[in-house]
Amino acid sequence: MQFSENTLQQVKEIIARYPEGKHKSALLPILHMAQDEFGGWLDVPVMDYVASLLKLEPIEVYEVATFYSMYNLKPVGRYHFEVCHTGPCMVNGSDDIIAYIKNKLNIEVGETTSDGMFTLKTVECLGACGYAPMMQLGKFYKEHLTKEKVDQIIDDCRKTASLQN
Amino acid sequence: MGRKILIDKVHIEGIRFFDTYRKNGGYASLEKALKISPAEVVEEVKKSGLRGRGGAGFPTGLKWSFLAKPEGIQRYLVVNADESEPGTFKDRYLMEFIPHLLIEGMIVSSYALGANTAYIYIRGEYAWIIDILQKAIDEAKEQSFLGKNILGSGYDCEIFIHRGAGAYICGEETALLESLEGKRGNPRIKPPFPAVKGLWDCPTVVNNVETIAAVVPIINEGGDEYALIGIGKSTGTKLISACGNIKKPGVYEIDMTISVEEFIYSDEYCGGIPNGRRLKACIPGGSSVPILPANLLLKTAKGETRLMNYESLADGGFQSGSMMGSGGFIVLDEDQCIVRHTYTLARFYRHESCGQCSPCREGTGWMEKILLNIERGKGKMSDIDLLWDIQSKIEGNTICPLGDAAAWPVAAAIRHFRDEFEWHVQNPEECLRRNYGLAGYAEPLEAVIS
Repeated sequence: MQFSENTLQQVKEIIARYPEGKHKSALLPILHMAQDEFGGWLDVPVMDYVASLLKLEPIEVYEVATFYSMYNLKPVGRYHFEVCHTGPCMVNGSDDIIAYIKNKLNIEVGETTSDGMFTLKTVECLGACGYAPMMQLGKFYKEHLTKEKVDQIIDDCRKTASLQN
Repeated sequence: MGRKILIDKVHIEGIRFFDTYRKNGGYASLEKALKISPAEVVEEVKKSGLRGRGGAGFPTGLKWSFLAKPEGIQRYLVVNADESEPGTFKDRYLMEFIPHLLIEGMIVSSYALGANTAYIYIRGEYAWIIDILQKAIDEAKEQSFLGKNILGSGYDCEIFIHRGAGAYICGEETALLESLEGKRGNPRIKPPFPAVKGLWDCPTVVNNVETIAAVVPIINEGGDEYALIGIGKSTGTKLISACGNIKKPGVYEIDMTISVEEFIYSDEYCGGIPNGRRLKACIPGGSSVPILPANLLLKTAKGETRLMNYESLADGGFQSGSMMGSGGFIVLDEDQCIVRHTYTLARFYRHESCGQCSPCREGTGWMEKILLNIERGKGKMSDIDLLWDIQSKIEGNTICPLGDAAAWPVAAAIRHFRDEFEWHVQNPEECLRRNYGLAGYAEPLEAVIS
C-alpha cells in the first residue's frame, strides 16, 4: 500500500506547513487524502500506512480517526448521501427527504445499496441552515432539496458512474 | 437601511479574485497598517470596541493585548473557521464570496500580533471553500501582499489552511488547537490560556472569521469611526444568518440598532413568516442560546422593544432574555413542536460531546433519550423535572462551554414551554399520530404574536 507519486508530493507540502518536528499536525489532512485514495474509508492497514508515513504510533492515528465524524471506519458506497437532520433542517422537511431516499433506494440510514452505489447517512448541522434541507455529496453541498432534486441527483450519480466504468 | 461594511461588495462580479477585489479598495488596510506600528494597529482595534463574533462576544483588542511576547518564541494567529453551531452559516458566506477580506484581515492582524505564521482551521465539510481560500492566498502571494517582505516593509507572513474532519467541539479554541496539533479535539483546561500557551505551547490568538474580517474596515476607517456604528457596547456591524420558518433565509449584515421585529418582518431582512403562519419562538444566536417565545423575543420583560444587539438580546438574563451568540437566528412558526426541536438539538450535543467530562458525556445522552421519549408520547411528568435536574448539573461542571451549550437549550425550552412538554405526556396518542401544530397547545399560544 502506497500513495501515488502525486499524493506523496502533496503529503510533503502539507507537512511543510507546520514547524520542524510538528509533523503530527499533518495527520488530519493526510487522513482525508488516504480516505480519498484508498476506497473511501479508513481500514486498519490504511491507518497503519499513514502512521508509518508520519512516523507516529498506530494508536495515535486510530484515536484521531475514531474521533472525527468525516472519517469512515467501514466501507461506504460510491456516492455517500450525508443528509443533515438537526433542528433548522428538520423544520424545513429533512425528515421527509430522508424517508424519501430510504424508500427510493430501499435502504435504511447507515446502509449501502446492494450494488455498492449509494450509502445513506444522517449527519448533524453542516452550516447550511438557510438552504435547508440539504446533504453533503462528496466535496459539495446539495441544498434546497426536494423529492425531484433527489431523483435528479440519483440519476446524475448513476450516469456519471456508468460513464466512468 | 443599515450600513454594510463587510459584505457590501459581495455582489460585485469577480470580487472573489484579487484584481477585482484590489480595484474595489482591497488591501488598502494592509498598506495603511504597515505604515504604523503593530501596537498602533492593536490600539485601533481596541478603540473600535470590536467584540468576538464567534459567540462569546469578548472584546478583541483586549484579547490581543493578553498575548504573551517572550523573546525568540513564535507567536501564532489562528482563525476559527470551524463554523458548526446549528443556525450559523455566516463565515461560510464571507469565505465563499469574498475570501480576500479574510486574507487581508489575517495579514493585518498577524502584523499587529507579531505573528509570522497564521492558520485557518476550517471545518472539513467546507471542502470546496478550501479551494477558494487557497486561490486567494496564492493570488495574494503572487502580488507580494503575502509571503516574504510584504510590500517592501520587511514583514513576513505565511497563511496555511488546516482542514478539520467533522467535530463541533473543535470550534472551542483549545480543542481547535489540539486538533491543529493532529490530536483528538479534547478541550484543554484553562489556564493557561492560548494567549500564553497555545499552538505547540506558543502564544496564540484564536479569532473567528468574521472578527478578523472586521479588522479591515476598522483599519481603513479608524477604530473611532467604526465605534460610531451600532449602539452602546455593540459597535460595528454583525452578520446574522437567518433560517427556519422565514420567507427569506440567508446572511444579513446589520448595524445592531434595528429591532428584532424589523429583522423578522422587514422585506429587507427575513421578510416575515411564510404561509400566513404566526411567530411562535426564536433562537436568536445559534442553537446554544436560550429559545424565547414570541412575546419575550419582540419585547423585553420590561416592555421595551428588543434590539438585535448584545445587550438587548441578553436583557432579562436567562429568565426572560437570550444571547447574541454567533448570530445564528432560527425562527419557528406556530406549527413547530418545541419538544421535537429541542430533541434534535439535544441529539446534536450528544453527538458532538468529546466525552472528556462525565456530566456532558453522560448528561447529553440522558437528555436526548428522555426528550425522545416525551416527544413520542412515552414520557412521564417526572421526566420533565428530571430533564431540568440533569441540565442544571451539566451547566458549569465541564472543562469547556459545550456542557453549558447543551444545557441551556433544554433549560430554556422547559422554562418557556413547559406546557408543551406536559401536553406531550398527557396526549400520547396525539404524539404517535404526530398531530402537532396549533391543536393541543392552548397555553403557549398566548405567547404567540400575530
